[in-house]
Amino acid sequence: MASSMFLAQRRWFLSLPRNLSNARFFSALPSEHPVSVSGPQNNVGPESNKFEKASSAPSSLKEPELAKWDSEGPFKPLHKMNPTRLAFLRSTLCRHFRKDPLSARPFEGLRFIDVGCGGGILSEPLARMGATVTGIDAIEKNIKIARLHANLDPTTSTIEYCCTTAEKLVEEQRKFDAVIALEVIEHVADAAEFCKSLSALTAHEGATVVSTINRSMRSYATAIVAAEYLLQWLPKGTHQWSSFLTPEELTMILKRAGVDVKEMAGFVYNPLTGRWSLSDDISVNFIAYGTKEK
Amino acid sequence: MNRIFATKAGSNVYRLRIPWRPLSNDAAPLLSSQNAGNPEKESEAKQYDIAIVGGGMVGLALACSLASRPLTRHLNVAIIDSNPALGRKHFIKKEDLPDPRVSTITPATISFFKDIGAWQFVEQHRHAYFDKMQVWDYTGLSYAKYNARDADKEVLGCVVENKVLLSSLLSRVQETDLPKKIYPSRLNSMSILPNSSSSEVDSTLSMTALFTHGRLAKLELEDGNSLYAKLVVGADGGKSRVRELAGFRTTGWNYSQNAIICTVEHDVENHCAWQRFLPSGPLALLPIGDKFSNIVWTMSPKESSEFKSITEDNFLKAVNRALDYGYGPHPTPSILGSSDLFSWLKGGISKSANDCFEIPPKVIKLASERMAFPLSLRHANDYASKRVALIGDAAHTVHPLAGQGVNLGFGDASTLSSVISEGIAVGADIGEVSLLKKYEADRKPANVMMMAVLDGFQKAYSVDFGPLNILRAAAFHGAHHISPLKKSIISYASGETRLPLFA
Repeated sequence: MASSMFLAQRRWFLSLPRNLSNARFFSALPSEHPVSVSGPQNNVGPESNKFEKASSAPSSLKEPELAKWDSEGPFKPLHKMNPTRLAFLRSTLCRHFRKDPLSARPFEGLRFIDVGCGGGILSEPLARMGATVTGIDAIEKNIKIARLHANLDPTTSTIEYCCTTAEKLVEEQRKFDAVIALEVIEHVADAAEFCKSLSALTAHEGATVVSTINRSMRSYATAIVAAEYLLQWLPKGTHQWSSFLTPEELTMILKRAGVDVKEMAGFVYNPLTGRWSLSDDISVNFIAYGTKEK
Repeated sequence: MNRIFATKAGSNVYRLRIPWRPLSNDAAPLLSSQNAGNPEKESEAKQYDIAIVGGGMVGLALACSLASRPLTRHLNVAIIDSNPALGRKHFIKKEDLPDPRVSTITPATISFFKDIGAWQFVEQHRHAYFDKMQVWDYTGLSYAKYNARDADKEVLGCVVENKVLLSSLLSRVQETDLPKKIYPSRLNSMSILPNSSSSEVDSTLSMTALFTHGRLAKLELEDGNSLYAKLVVGADGGKSRVRELAGFRTTGWNYSQNAIICTVEHDVENHCAWQRFLPSGPLALLPIGDKFSNIVWTMSPKESSEFKSITEDNFLKAVNRALDYGYGPHPTPSILGSSDLFSWLKGGISKSANDCFEIPPKVIKLASERMAFPLSLRHANDYASKRVALIGDAAHTVHPLAGQGVNLGFGDASTLSSVISEGIAVGADIGEVSLLKKYEADRKPANVMMMAVLDGFQKAYSVDFGPLNILRAAAFHGAHHISPLKKSIISYASGETRLPLFA
């Protein structure tokens, strides 16, 4: 029964235009619904109802949810990249907040928000590092999965998960010491508006961290051709190359939103060792850390 | 890769090694009803971050290493070992005769001990640095002398009794403020369940619930205690129970050899390590200090029971004979040409190349009983799986002919503690397979390489065949005279380089 549900989801997915994905695949989670396109938005309704039905039967919830957190399963590339992203976050944020990098829980007392948290793969380690974490995602199913998984460890059960968008939180006038939006901005319709929301959520003297994929020839070859077609790490159509941002563009729109980009780094994958590492090479995946000016 | 492990006979719910499938809702209520019946037992069990099964040299070294790193020094550690010595302080008296169980510590291990703060305790007891080594065989065709100065070092290694190492590590661990508890018992059973999610949103965070969902391992000891841990480290030696319970497969074979070990006394000081390859196995004479030396004599099982039972005098005569003129002549340099033959390969002056062959000091007294034990090679196919990691002899046992065994174990302990520290830095769960596999990926190639080299030596020296003897002699000769080769051999044996010859 579970497997037929799964197959049904796959077929349904292939007939949809991009962006509206099947929440199984993390990187296709938009934290914003595309405002300009009305067609796909309508499709969200029946599809999400289908999800609700699926999630009410506990046995069919198990398989996709466990797949998300199975580090050897379909999300393997993300799990592999996670420690590298966390290393960058730890190093820049410890410096920014002037915390001891040798402490086991350096972010104690700081409020972080993980925008587009998916299953919580970034939120949980941040909570283990002591931060008070809020994770938001536009897809209810992801929030459910994230909550169930986080409840299994006393250090992560304090994470606040909400199914909402950055805009709604801005309206509620929430503020966070660090706003983190990794691999999200390439899926939103209006990057500039999104950055304005991120900036509005950042408290005075806070930090904003955004990561995405560069729009370059190399990234076309790796993130689209290799990752989607050849290696099949991501389903076809997950990313649209034309909506990638170059580092210069990202810096500019963050600046316009009031965030000053201080550091940038790239993630490089070594196919021989199967490991990701931080580097100066920002031609494919890159991450930017900025501070709120005032 | 998620497996279900064997548990005590009383619990019938889980069986050994069935293929993984998601826990259905049926199992959860069954388990909770089982535990509901034993509320007292549940409150007794404690939770630890790491449970080190085996409080021997390598297990305690891991604990010291964790205590010395800023990111791991707050971890809650349980050490499970039934050895009563762990509960006592100062179980070594200065006037004790040296114990025959000794280990040769490489310089890399000495610096590891200094880093974790345990070497200061070793220096308070008997220990012997040596800076010279002579290796030859029974054919008398050649020999090789190594001097630490060839590789610009001061020592080649240090020979220390195992009980001194153990007590030093124990003293160091007691001194640190690592939260720890020693359980003086043996491991009876261990269970680790596959990952699953709770179907209730407001789940309780009791240890039983965490265990049911695969977040903790449950250990049951022979004295009835149970404990939970995020990570179980198997440091319990060649016949590891953790390795057996976790279902790791091993590869290996028994060498048809036993080793006899004992302590002997000379009338002069000995600062050199001597090793002579005899037809049935190598005989090693290692300085322990205070005119004592340790003997490790590898031979066939029949010979070993013979040598163990003959009188002391006859045994000493046999040892002296074996080190001197027995089995074959002394090597003289003229047989394969003088050092001029290799002068073009020398690449620098090797100080010991001009050292003559020396006869080891005579053995005058036996200072301990003779012990014998069988030798084998064993290697676990994997060092890590979910919530379990193996270090030391539990992961690999090697031939003692190059004194490398425990040094590989200390290397494992050092790497595992650094991997755990890196995991904590990025907020990972320390029992995650992906983290533990990093430890395996670092240590396995190095350990396998060393085992291959040692096994190669063991096989090369167990055959008495004319052309092979000459080849071996040529190898000795080359190692003795070609100084870059000698330097790289010394570096590799000292634990500084991970691969021989390719550094």
